[in-house]
Amino acid sequence: MPSIKVNGKRYEIEIDLQTPLLWYLRDHLGLMGAKYSCGIAECGACTVHVDGEAVLACVTPLEDVVGTSVTTIEGLAGNMADALFDAWTAEDVPQCGYCQPGQIMTASAFLSRNPKPTDAQIDEAMSGVLCRCGTYSAVRNAIHRAARRLQP
Amino acid sequence: MKEEPLAGMSRRRFLKIGALAGAGLTVGIYLGTGGERRKPPTEVWPDRKGYLKPNAWVCVGPDESVTVRVNHTEMGQGITTALAMIVAEELDADWANVRVDIAPAEALYKNPAFNCQMTAASTSVQTSWDPLRRAGAAARQMLMAAAARTWDVPIGECRTERGVVLHEESDRRLRYGELVEAAAKLAEPEQVILKKRGSFRIIGHPIPRLDTLEKINGSAVFGIDVRVPGMRNATVVHAPVFGARVVAFDATAVGQMPGVHKVFEISSGIAVVADTFWQAKTAAENIRIQWAAEEREGLSSEALRTRWTGLCGTKGKSMFRQGDVEQAFEGAARTIQAIYELPYQAHAAAEPMNCTAHVEKDRCEIWAPTQNQDGAQEAAARITGLGYDRIVVHTPFVGGGFGRRVTVDYVAEAVEISKAVRAPVKVTWTREEDMRNDFYRPAVLGMLEAALDADGRPIAWKHRIIGPDHMAHQLPRLIPTSLPYGIPRALRNTAGALASMILPRIVPGKKAIEGAAPLSYALANVAVEYVHDDPGIPLGFWRSVAFSQNVFFVESFMDEIAAAAGRDPLELRLSLLNPALRLTDVLKLAAEKANWGQPPPANWYRGLAAYDFHGTHLAAVADISVGKNDRIRVHRVVCAVNCGVVVNPKLVAAQITGGIAFGLTAALKSRITVTKGRVDQGNFDDFPLLRMDEMPDVEVHIVPSAKPPTGIGESAVPIIAPAVANAFFTATGRRIRKLPLCP
Ligand code: FES
Ligand code: FES
Repeated sequence: MPSIKVNGKRYEIEIDLQTPLLWYLRDHLGLMGAKYSCGIAECGACTVHVDGEAVLACVTPLEDVVGTSVTTIEGLAGNMADALFDAWTAEDVPQCGYCQPGQIMTASAFLSRNPKPTDAQIDEAMSGVLCRCGTYSAVRNAIHRAARRLQP
Repeated sequence: MKEEPLAGMSRRRFLKIGALAGAGLTVGIYLGTGGERRKPPTEVWPDRKGYLKPNAWVCVGPDESVTVRVNHTEMGQGITTALAMIVAEELDADWANVRVDIAPAEALYKNPAFNCQMTAASTSVQTSWDPLRRAGAAARQMLMAAAARTWDVPIGECRTERGVVLHEESDRRLRYGELVEAAAKLAEPEQVILKKRGSFRIIGHPIPRLDTLEKINGSAVFGIDVRVPGMRNATVVHAPVFGARVVAFDATAVGQMPGVHKVFEISSGIAVVADTFWQAKTAAENIRIQWAAEEREGLSSEALRTRWTGLCGTKGKSMFRQGDVEQAFEGAARTIQAIYELPYQAHAAAEPMNCTAHVEKDRCEIWAPTQNQDGAQEAAARITGLGYDRIVVHTPFVGGGFGRRVTVDYVAEAVEISKAVRAPVKVTWTREEDMRNDFYRPAVLGMLEAALDADGRPIAWKHRIIGPDHMAHQLPRLIPTSLPYGIPRALRNTAGALASMILPRIVPGKKAIEGAAPLSYALANVAVEYVHDDPGIPLGFWRSVAFSQNVFFVESFMDEIAAAAGRDPLELRLSLLNPALRLTDVLKLAAEKANWGQPPPANWYRGLAAYDFHGTHLAAVADISVGKNDRIRVHRVVCAVNCGVVVNPKLVAAQITGGIAFGLTAALKSRITVTKGRVDQGNFDDFPLLRMDEMPDVEVHIVPSAKPPTGIGESAVPIIAPAVANAFFTATGRRIRKLPLCP
């Protein structure tokens, strides 16, 4: 039986492996943090980590992630997560909040690759995550704030 | 506490629906049929035993908790935080103990602006300001009275501080939680004493939002995240051409698909019910549906454009008139004219339309991400035949409303489907269904003409608006719920049906000219006309509604006048405004903060715009650069706003910034077009939204004011398109009269 680790817990996958990871997480595991907004890799709302890399769960069939370790917003933990959550709170980032799990998951994968980003690098890394409410400047500020705190 | 009319509250956003529907119906008010009655405040807190429940808005627990009932939908605007702040201020609560609770659909929680429970038209703070202050003050007085009794001292010797009543002379203090039991035995005071503005310690301060943590750790429950035991997942396939009906469908291909329970026709299309959304969606793609031919099949945006351009020469219905426009034009030294055009726009909220419903024999429960709780309840009542008291409406977090969720079509679908399959069902639309079945911001053409005298002063102004009117579409939907509570449902719906026949003929224009008339600028001769032409594409309320169109026309044309007269756009505007007006203040402030008149950084160009949005005054200066192929980059927007008393400056700044992002998407990128009666766009690949690298720095400057608050949520949307278009003219000498600029 193919299996997958999600937020540290192992699951045997008993459904069609063509099912996108997003709907496995949401409708089978009940993890509702990753969101559906476009379903075609255009918005980033469904971003999760697969073996530490940011991945768009809406276009990732389960067969591509069998045997991997997936982290969703519900399972994000550690220094990076604390820094991001604190920065997001300090900047009061969310408006409707719907895109925010995707923003944070994307930011977290990005910051672990680039711990001291410039504005332009943040814009580039984050430009795939849409926010209809227009929280972009606050997101950018929060990423800088988290980066500062994570500096050794 | 008696209900009184609210000071400074504005009903002008909607027609007075009750009055319009006829005074004859008001006899029904007290009949109270089918559970349609007004509950007393104590009944709306059924699970708070041992709490102080002075009214419908706040209750205080023995555990020191303060729960504020919010009769508005939290969809990003921060209304839960803002309304809680108002109550907490007057209650003198400890902010750390304040929680919010979204109100169920109940008569007590109607928004007085519409006589129904609805979050729309930026009315939440303005209509809640007075009643919530009084609600908080009443609770505080009861707690003080309880303490005074306990200590046997005059109440005048007691005071409160952050959740504690104090008697300084005897150095005694009691926490609110300790006084709850005694206070609950007292009657709510007839007279309440409100705090002095100068003593506010919560209102006016940049308090962090209450909902941030749950929105960042993934625990916030949006409509799409609702899970009910035994719940099925469904999706709906709607007609590709507006209004087309199903002739036949063939679902044989999906019969064997795992998890699929049922495929059947509902009022609005074909419903597919499965275990999971993915199964429902996959099945939906494999159903063959034959739709009846529709006359709207001939509809296309290009043809509409030609037709409306032709109508520019038609005299329209006169909507506003002052002075003698014709004579002024005849005597003018010169005249100028311009035609502007704007496309249909979709709301494209981040969370697609969805709703969960559970219909049982004698009750119905709905989890509706809606801006219109009463509309949701009424839709369920109509479909199930149950009384309002049998229909429970929960409002989860909402992933963006922008006016789309005032229309409750998707709620009706969930109820219809749940009733048919006798199980709880969550209906989720795909993004494509969401974008193609919206109630759109109308497309419109605006023809403007100005007459100038020999000194380059504008002396007359003509504005003709050509296009459909959203109110003609929406009023019939809104009427059944806006009638006074207690009117039997049959009568409500008859009124709604009658309205849908009559109103489209008599209403058009009143709301379509918002932002065009009355003109803020003092011109002696003004004529605003409306040519109503409706091709039948469904219309609704789109954040800032007709202002999003007319402000673009008016503020662009003001700049055209300035250019024609060789005058500075700021100087021209100020010369046409009474110096005492709020608009003058915000214009001056934005100009000063943006260094208007000083050269901008190299390759940057400036444009400005200003207007009065239902009493909220805004001005903005945009700095842009123009690259290859006219690619516009907006670097900085300096915005000044006067919206009366500010409850929370952080929330105001966020709404202005977000409104500018929303407006900039429409100005630069997004549009809805129609070919052969079908919407051409379907997702964010062809309806692109602003991205982080395109977001300007937005600076918000608030003019201090002691006047009652006015609306903020929509107010900034219209400002950015004209400011950018005017800056583009400065950069290139060319006028933008058609949006979006880079589709
Ligand atoms: S939902 Fe996956 S990218 Fe939009
Ligand atoms: S906060 Fe609403 S979409 Fe980003």
